Amino acid sequence: MAGGSLFFSLAVRNLQMHWLRSLLAAIGIIIGVMAISSMGILGNAFSLSITNSLSSVGDSIVVTPHVGYQGGMSSVSTSERLSDRQIELIRRAATNSKVFPIYAGGDRIKVQRDTLYASIYGIDPKDLPTLLEIQKGQYLRGASGVMIGAKLAKDNNLTIGSRILIGEIESGVRVVGILKERGMGFDINPDNAIVTSDLWYRDFYETRGHDQAIIKAADIKDIEQIKSSIEKQLNKRETEVDVYDTRMILNSITETFGQITLFTMAIGGISLIVAGVSIFNVMMMSVMERYKEIGILRSIGTKRAEVRSMFIYEALILGLSGSAVGGIFSFAAGYLVVAVLMKDVSYLYNPASLIQIPYGMAFGIVTSMLSGLYPAWKASSLNPIDALRHE
Amino acid sequence: MTLPIMTDTGPVMEFSGVSKIYPLASGNVTALLDISLQVLPGEFIAIMGPSGSGKSTLLNMMGCLDVPSKGEVYIRGRSIRSLSDDQQTTLRRDELGFIFQQFNLIPLLNALENVRYPLILKNGMTASRERCQEVLAAVGLVPTLWYHRPTQLSGGQQQRVAIARALVNDPAILLCDEPTGNLDTKTGQAIMALLEQLCHDEGKTIIMVTHDPRTAEYADRVIQIEDGRIREEV
Ligand SMILES: Nc1ncnc2c1ncn2[C@@H]1O[C@H](COP(=O)(O)OP(=O)(O)OP(=O)(O)O)[C@@H](O)[C@H]1O
Ligand SMILES: [Mg+2]
Repeated sequence: MAGGSLFFSLAVRNLQMHWLRSLLAAIGIIIGVMAISSMGILGNAFSLSITNSLSSVGDSIVVTPHVGYQGGMSSVSTSERLSDRQIELIRRAATNSKVFPIYAGGDRIKVQRDTLYASIYGIDPKDLPTLLEIQKGQYLRGASGVMIGAKLAKDNNLTIGSRILIGEIESGVRVVGILKERGMGFDINPDNAIVTSDLWYRDFYETRGHDQAIIKAADIKDIEQIKSSIEKQLNKRETEVDVYDTRMILNSITETFGQITLFTMAIGGISLIVAGVSIFNVMMMSVMERYKEIGILRSIGTKRAEVRSMFIYEALILGLSGSAVGGIFSFAAGYLVVAVLMKDVSYLYNPASLIQIPYGMAFGIVTSMLSGLYPAWKASSLNPIDALRHE
Repeated sequence: MTLPIMTDTGPVMEFSGVSKIYPLASGNVTALLDISLQVLPGEFIAIMGPSGSGKSTLLNMMGCLDVPSKGEVYIRGRSIRSLSDDQQTTLRRDELGFIFQQFNLIPLLNALENVRYPLILKNGMTASRERCQEVLAAVGLVPTLWYHRPTQLSGGQQQRVAIARALVNDPAILLCDEPTGNLDTKTGQAIMALLEQLCHDEGKTIIMVTHDPRTAEYADRVIQIEDGRIREEV
């Protein structure tokens, strides 16, 4: 086609002549691109921060008593525990992977003059070095002393040697070790907790069974095998225990966040559709106003495809300029949103976050092109005589 | 886009048994009925007749903007019915020049750009500016007006630009629909003198619709039509 840039410059001139209208259409695209990109960035930053704060150990299986199971013959029990028989069966199912039975509860504690509520774990001292890392002090030896989570220590100015009073009877214990911060976990959450020895816990709370058992798979590949073996051993007749592995939970959480991100981006997409409609509107107005001009162009030898290209250029210019500006603004908007809502802009500079900007821009360009197609086709298919007669 | 070979001997335009019928819900409108005519190279023809008699319809067909319902129209030996839309468009661009009552310049372009437009369509962006200036000078538009937009020009000046635009690709045939209809008598006479000169000095074939008898006097031949039929030829 001769003179492609002729039609480009005609498109530019027409947009300039109706600059206000063109500007409004471009602003629509800018907002749409910004909405999509910044929603994408926010969603991505959000799921990044969640996965970062999770202690992403994907090698554990957690077994808890099934809610509603009444512990066989014993009719005294009101809450569910894992019996010694069940622990034994779990150990057998785990074969050469280690099993850690755990007591877990919560109680009122008193630190100096403050009374607060904390989780309390009872764990066999010889299991502790495998399960938890230490930050300060030492691991439990025998029944005396407790270890505390990093957050509990920090928030209450507790250190090695501090005294804590536990429960109604205010039994005093002394802090011998402070644990390393671990993040949210699906097995145990020691950051805000007190860890005692299993013996102390059992005596103090007079409990009959464990609250959960953690199995650290010797090999990740064994996880499925162990899970099904536990199900077979314990849940054959009646569901006695619930079994889940931490990787599965991690996956479903990231999946959920992916869906939330998609949803918020879809909301951004709606604003882009609105922008597309406004471009469509601008282009249709441009075609209708220029009926006569199109007739002139056709009568003096402009081909259909050439008329079409002129209008497609218009849509393309609106889309490209709107998307370019939108892309730049998206970065600013993304920065603002992440800084305000997450208080940590480093999530913005992650490639998975930044890629949302070109995504948004691509959507903007495609939307403008699609909205320009029909008006362009309409313009090119006008009958020259009818168009010429139009006033 | 290549066009079928044209014949340069014989008539530049030929109508044989041409009718144009517009099918409307209220009944068919016969705009042209069984028109046969020939236009020879270098002729200056005026088409006259009352309003609604079919003059513009006839001229549109000569301009390859419309196809007949019945009969055949040949432009320089080619039946326009046999041409594709793109071929018809190329024929308008390269071999026909249009001059309208409303001037019909492109409002976005200045005078020089309007003249250059068909040349760019044909030759691309390298189309010569000198050629446009030459044609503008030939139709008598002073250089100070070359960069004015159509809205900044008088009717006579706009019509000169339109004539320059029609001439720039050096077509054999000029088609004019009431070229002086929107001009005062004096300006109209100047435009007519220009057309006459193009016909006699440059050998252009000119076909002009008018209902002003004084304008028709410039023509060698007058075709009178009424109710879509040729009434008489003078
Ligand atoms: N697109 C159309 N649809 C229906 N009828 C049409 C159409 N175009 C023209 N006509 C009819 O054809 C007839 C001839 O119209 P045409 O425009 O050729 O007249 P004209 O001689 O040029 O008139 P004027 O001097 O007023 O310009 C008229 O009766 C008109 O109503
Ligand atoms: Mg007419």
